[in-house]
Amino acid sequence: MKFERYGTGIVKGMALTLKHLFRAPITVQYPDEKLNISRRTRGNELVWFPEKCTGCGTCTKACLQGNIILVTHRGEESKFIVDKFELDSGRCIFCGLCVESCPYNALAMGLSYECAKYSRKDLVLSKERLAVSNDHQPSAYYRPQFDDQLPDQSLLLYDRDKGGQKLKFLPLSKRKRGSGA
Amino acid sequence: MTLLDQFQLILKTAGWPEWAVYLTPAIVGILIIIIFVLTVVIVFIWWERRLISRFQIRLGPNRCGPEGILQPIATAVKILLKEDIVPEKADKLIHFIAPIIVFVPILLIFAVVPFGEGAILVDLNVGIIYVIAISSISVIGIFMAAWGSGNKYSYISGMRSIAQMVSYEIPVVLSIVGIALVTGSFSMIKIVEAQSIPFILLQPLGFLIFFLGSLAEMNRSPFDLLEADSEIVAGYHIEYSGMKFAMFYLGEYGVALAYSGIITTLFLSGWQGPLLPPILWFIIKVMLVFSLIIWMRATLPRLRVDQLMSFAWKFLLPMAVINLVVVAVEVLVLPAGLQWVMVILNFGLAAVLILLWSKLFTLGGGRVEV
Repeated sequence: MKFERYGTGIVKGMALTLKHLFRAPITVQYPDEKLNISRRTRGNELVWFPEKCTGCGTCTKACLQGNIILVTHRGEESKFIVDKFELDSGRCIFCGLCVESCPYNALAMGLSYECAKYSRKDLVLSKERLAVSNDHQPSAYYRPQFDDQLPDQSLLLYDRDKGGQKLKFLPLSKRKRGSGA
Repeated sequence: MTLLDQFQLILKTAGWPEWAVYLTPAIVGILIIIIFVLTVVIVFIWWERRLISRFQIRLGPNRCGPEGILQPIATAVKILLKEDIVPEKADKLIHFIAPIIVFVPILLIFAVVPFGEGAILVDLNVGIIYVIAISSISVIGIFMAAWGSGNKYSYISGMRSIAQMVSYEIPVVLSIVGIALVTGSFSMIKIVEAQSIPFILLQPLGFLIFFLGSLAEMNRSPFDLLEADSEIVAGYHIEYSGMKFAMFYLGEYGVALAYSGIITTLFLSGWQGPLLPPILWFIIKVMLVFSLIIWMRATLPRLRVDQLMSFAWKFLLPMAVINLVVVAVEVLVLPAGLQWVMVILNFGLAAVLILLWSKLFTLGGGRVEV
């Protein structure tokens, strides 16, 4: 026997919301809980490797904004020595063309996304700021060699093994975040 | 004898002057009621926001204080500090007194809500009729707010409000008469004392009608047509801000508390219950009723205006009349000891009536596939 249009839809709906009551909330409380972003993200703050850079200037030509300032002089064996490598991340559009154009893998997109600053001057990144450090990691965008060192993107997962109750996401310890290249 | 009467007696034996004997317990009682209402309203606002967010798999406010319990207080402070804006085209006087007329009757309802044995401000012998009479006044306040704002959306809201209140008042009253027939009294205390079996079992149909009707009376979802945010922005309080808006907000939750209390008193045997003290039982039952209301809000979409009206006039009103007649016959025919027979009879009747009446609705019209 099947009842149709006797308000059974209301009962079904009420049962569904009641089921939701016993699920863990999917909210990620951002500053306290952070998810891993995609490994190939085009994040803020480019990463520059001074030992690989030859100062050829391909990236400056590729940049749509004309945003990269590169000053070099001739050193021994007439190699370029980079005096100044500077870009304004306030003007950067994160297109990734400079990274793609670099013939020596000396540039990579950054992995970070929290780059708000209190003044515009802080947005201008000098040679020192562009270098790799613990909280300034390269992403694997157009640089697949970094893929293995970076943590998987954490997606909110509905954990069916534990009775479909708990949602889990990957923890964000320093180790899992990867210590970089 | 209520607690206030006992207080009066103590003062009289202590030799206080007559006006003080009359006035002091009244003022103390009113203060206790107001403090109780404001506290519970704050808890209600927090509870609704938390619970509805859990129904929607969210977390809800959890930052201010433990589990976000201080969030309503933060909201209240924010609202009170806001600028009080009166629109140029508003009817200034009506715009000013409307929030008061909405809020004061809601406080007056609590005079006859029994929180425990004897813990009632005044045990009127027409308690439940008083509730109905007083709660209808806030409709005038809502209409005044709608009219005084001078805004198209609030006009629409005011019209809807009048139509809704007038329609839903009748089934609500008729379902209360069923209870009065069984109890033989309109007094809230007597109604609670008569419930050895809670009236929700004795009159399931009456409970359904009263519950849905009072949902419409307190403008909660799915009957929140006069506040429908997605259609008419905020309805009657669209032009209100600051303190006046806070009065409407307080009134909205105050009326939810009042009706939860009345449903508890009429159908869930009020303060009665084993082990725990009466006031605790009362609060537990009120919270249960309010949680049910939140659950409905989290689930059901808003009705259309014509659906709302046809639900009142074609479904609730005939059901209420039939329920009243059946209860009257049962009270007349069945001997007093056979209440459990009445329970079974009424549950069967409710099921059959709801099934039959679903046929009448043009939307769909129920059918059974065997």
